[in-house]
Amino acid sequence: MDGVIAFFTDPANWTGDTGIPHRLFEHLYISGSSVLLALLVAVPIGLYIGHTNRGSSIAINLANIGRAIPSYAMMVIPLPLTLTLAPILGYDTGFGLTFLPIFIAMTFLAIPPLLVQTYAGLRSVDRDLVEAGRGMGMSERQILGRIEIPLASSILVGGLRTATLQVIATATIGAILGGGGLGRLIFDGMLQGVVGYPSLFAGAILVSALAIGVDLILAWVQRRLTPRALRAPRRGATSSPASVVGGPDLASPATGGTA
Amino acid sequence: MPPGTQIFDFSWVGGHLGQIVERILQHLELTIPPLILGIIASLALAVWAVRQPRVYAPITAITGLLYTIPSLAAFAALVPITGITLITAVIPLTTYTLLILFRSFATGFTSVPGEIIEAAEGMGYTRRQRLFRVELPLAVPLMIAGIRLASVTTIGLVTVASAIGGDTFGGLGQLITEGIQTFFPTKYLLGAALSVLLAFSADFLFVRVERLITPWARVRVGAG
Repeated sequence: MDGVIAFFTDPANWTGDTGIPHRLFEHLYISGSSVLLALLVAVPIGLYIGHTNRGSSIAINLANIGRAIPSYAMMVIPLPLTLTLAPILGYDTGFGLTFLPIFIAMTFLAIPPLLVQTYAGLRSVDRDLVEAGRGMGMSERQILGRIEIPLASSILVGGLRTATLQVIATATIGAILGGGGLGRLIFDGMLQGVVGYPSLFAGAILVSALAIGVDLILAWVQRRLTPRALRAPRRGATSSPASVVGGPDLASPATGGTA
Repeated sequence: MPPGTQIFDFSWVGGHLGQIVERILQHLELTIPPLILGIIASLALAVWAVRQPRVYAPITAITGLLYTIPSLAAFAALVPITGITLITAVIPLTTYTLLILFRSFATGFTSVPGEIIEAAEGMGYTRRQRLFRVELPLAVPLMIAGIRLASVTTIGLVTVASAIGGDTFGGLGQLITEGIQTFFPTKYLLGAALSVLLAFSADFLFVRVERLITPWARVRVGAG
């Protein structure tokens, strides 16, 4: 334990490319960009499926298949392609090993929860309200923007929460491929044996703190967006109002996203 | 990967079947004990939560917190304490199943309609009889659904355990890791493909199990 404290108080661990701030930045950068790309792909599809209820079973099944793929496997499947394409597309081979496959895996892993929860959120909206909107002469776009999305927003954020945590966890594993991020503190420490235990343990603490911190922030946002009357009395009970598709827990394990 | 080499070398697979089978078995050895431990613990927690509803929220919060910790971090945090041993892998793998299993078991128990419970009480069932003859059987589909999700999740997490278990208990993740370290695509692609296959097989297995042990659900579908 003294070693861990020494690790945190050593100024050398707070500067440079292997320092904690830079590793944190790398972690947030790859996580943020893959969640953003996944949002751009999943949300429009989820909104379309949820609003029209067309193609829902295909999307849900695809999402369930995506969920069954182990994240470490997902990360190496694109690897031959990203390495082969490096000279052809003119990017660095290192980029094709330590960034691109991890980024692709994280994006693919983030899409299922986002897609399913967007769909589930929209389907959870009372159909009478949608009909009322239609009766008032609202266009389909207005129904989506003024009725469905606002009422579904907390469930949408629930999907974002699951996806983000999955991504943060997967970025940690990316260290095995030599990717940046806080997982490197763990993996580099691991490779050093007992001498590396402080780095390993510090990395574990930092990654956990990051995941829990992000989860708490998104849980707070989710709670803020839940209509007051539907809020659970205490935080522990909120978990997620998302159990709309395929019975409880199947649509998503609600919190978290271990990988 | 040097130019001119094949991406996937089938003859290597044929020549290393023993090693591959051993990794699959290791993977199962790491998957099954945490699942069993998780099922026992979650069953106890769920029964407790059904009898004392006020413990439901704290249990969900704690198991949710454990679930939020990224797996590599959980394994790593235990290494200085329990060393590079099987225990280091089994503890987090077990705690990760708790959120999924507890919630599905508790939901299963509480989803039994009130009139069925009243009917059981009217027939003079004791609390214990009601639990074993009415609530448990009716909760089975939801429970199996939870076990199914937990098993698929655990199979995925076991691949990560190779990062700490290495050669001793790496499972299919170790094939991936060794393949990456030696720049040998056949090995890491095989490890990845087999772990995906294992996850899908487990998923399929539990769908079959659910159908087998809930014959009434089949009858209802047949009649309707």
